[in-house]
Amino acid sequence: MEPAISSFWGRLTKKHPTIRCHPQGPISIDIQNLSVQYPNNPIISGLTCHFEAPSLWAIAGPNGAGKSTLLKTLLGLQKFKGGKINFHGLCPCDVAYLTQQNQLDRRFPLTVGDTIAMGLFREVGIFRRYTKAQRDKMQDALEQVGLSSFAKTPLQALSGGQFQRVLFARLILQNAPVIFLDEPFTGVDGRTIEDLMGLLHRWVKEGRLVLAVLHDLDLTQEHFPKTLLLARHFYKAGSTEDVLTKEHMREAVAASRQWEDTGGTP
Amino acid sequence: MIDLFFSPFLDYIFLRRALMACLALALGCGPVGVLLVLRRMSLMGDALAHALLPGAALGFLIGGLSLPAMGLGGFLVGFLVALSAGAISRFTILNEDASFAGFYLISLAIGVLIVSTQGNQVDLMHILFGTILAVDSMSLLIVTSITTFTLFVLALIYRPLLIECFDPGFLRVIGGRGTLYHSLFLVLVALNLVAAFQALGTLMALGMMMLPAVSSRLWARHVWSLFLLSSFFAVISGYFGLLLSYHLEWPSGPSIILVAGVIYGVSLVIAPFGTLKQQQGMA
Repeated sequence: MEPAISSFWGRLTKKHPTIRCHPQGPISIDIQNLSVQYPNNPIISGLTCHFEAPSLWAIAGPNGAGKSTLLKTLLGLQKFKGGKINFHGLCPCDVAYLTQQNQLDRRFPLTVGDTIAMGLFREVGIFRRYTKAQRDKMQDALEQVGLSSFAKTPLQALSGGQFQRVLFARLILQNAPVIFLDEPFTGVDGRTIEDLMGLLHRWVKEGRLVLAVLHDLDLTQEHFPKTLLLARHFYKAGSTEDVLTKEHMREAVAASRQWEDTGGTP
Repeated sequence: MIDLFFSPFLDYIFLRRALMACLALALGCGPVGVLLVLRRMSLMGDALAHALLPGAALGFLIGGLSLPAMGLGGFLVGFLVALSAGAISRFTILNEDASFAGFYLISLAIGVLIVSTQGNQVDLMHILFGTILAVDSMSLLIVTSITTFTLFVLALIYRPLLIECFDPGFLRVIGGRGTLYHSLFLVLVALNLVAAFQALGTLMALGMMMLPAVSSRLWARHVWSLFLLSSFFAVISGYFGLLLSYHLEWPSGPSIILVAGVIYGVSLVIAPFGTLKQQQGMA
């Protein structure tokens, strides 16, 4: 391990590669030879992949394989060590992002209405009141997720599934061309999963690009036409049938085990 | 009745000033405390409050027992400590709570050393436990200005600050300058601690923020009602704390915090989200 002081200065002075935005052209995200590293612990290395709207992608892989890290890197929340990320037709700030549910405090003293209104923050800014049209949009978003009478309900009175529906209503209001979901269906009941999957399919029909980190392989095979299987340095991207084969799964598990066993040095 | 509750304030101008200072403090500390609790930054507030001590002590060395000098010193050093503790947790393996705990122990030691070697026991007691009964017009002006500024800034950044509290990742992704609001909020915390420390001393300055805030959390379920209730509890603590201190000849700082503590204890038992009601809900 490096001495702490040198890594301190190293991190202050080292230049990181950054995400490039090309505002023109059809919406797509292009990743070339991406590598992401936590201190002394490579998470993703040599990933090359291309996501183009409209499409519905699942990101699958063993635990700790870098799935959430990939989303965070694409959003600019996590610095990366090498490779290129190119956004075409949008910038990372135009992406709507849903964090893992357990990152949020479900007892926070907000109402459902307050929470979904955050989705309009870029439109209204810090001061302006919500117009009639925006209020209608909020009501419409609540109807789409099946919570039309819940606007005044406090968050802490909701079940896990209802809470997730609220976050999806917020995504609807963001009206983003690209949507990233980090484990959107963990701890959510079957009925809700079905309804929210319907929303995902509708978003893709509207021409959006949706990337979702998923744990449930059955769900992936049933609903997601494209899959990126990711396990640190091992990855496979393409149509779900081709990617989620027994052999690939074995290789993925072996790849993530190998990193753990050797402490990250292949 | 009137003798018990009102005449002390009618008879003595220093008590009237103290009461005014407490009311102003309550209005500012209420909302700031609620946000501190919601952001799970209680420990951060603790570290900031203790870090005021060496700064206030330096101010005391230069300007004597005056709020402007000690306040400015406290604010600067407190803010410096908050920044460096944050940086240390970002750049080393230490978590934020550990680095804060380290910093506040060191600040406490340095502060006590400075005051006790350069001043006397009485000065040390004043700085540690406050001297609200010696509030002069100048400090009253400072406290009320800080409260006005706090409420103004909170109104200005209320919406993004709340988003940053609930879901910081969301604000960062939509390009909403989360760090700016976070830093502004830290400035407000430091300012209100400075305002509170004349009245309550550096050891208990945080009490006026935390206790009313956690009590209100047990009663209300909206952010605006939390703000109101928290300020209300703080006002009550200030008023009855001063009364207790006058009638029983207790020091004012601990009396005020004790009343706030009683409100907290009662809330724990009878409030809608307190232990008793929650138990019934489960049964």
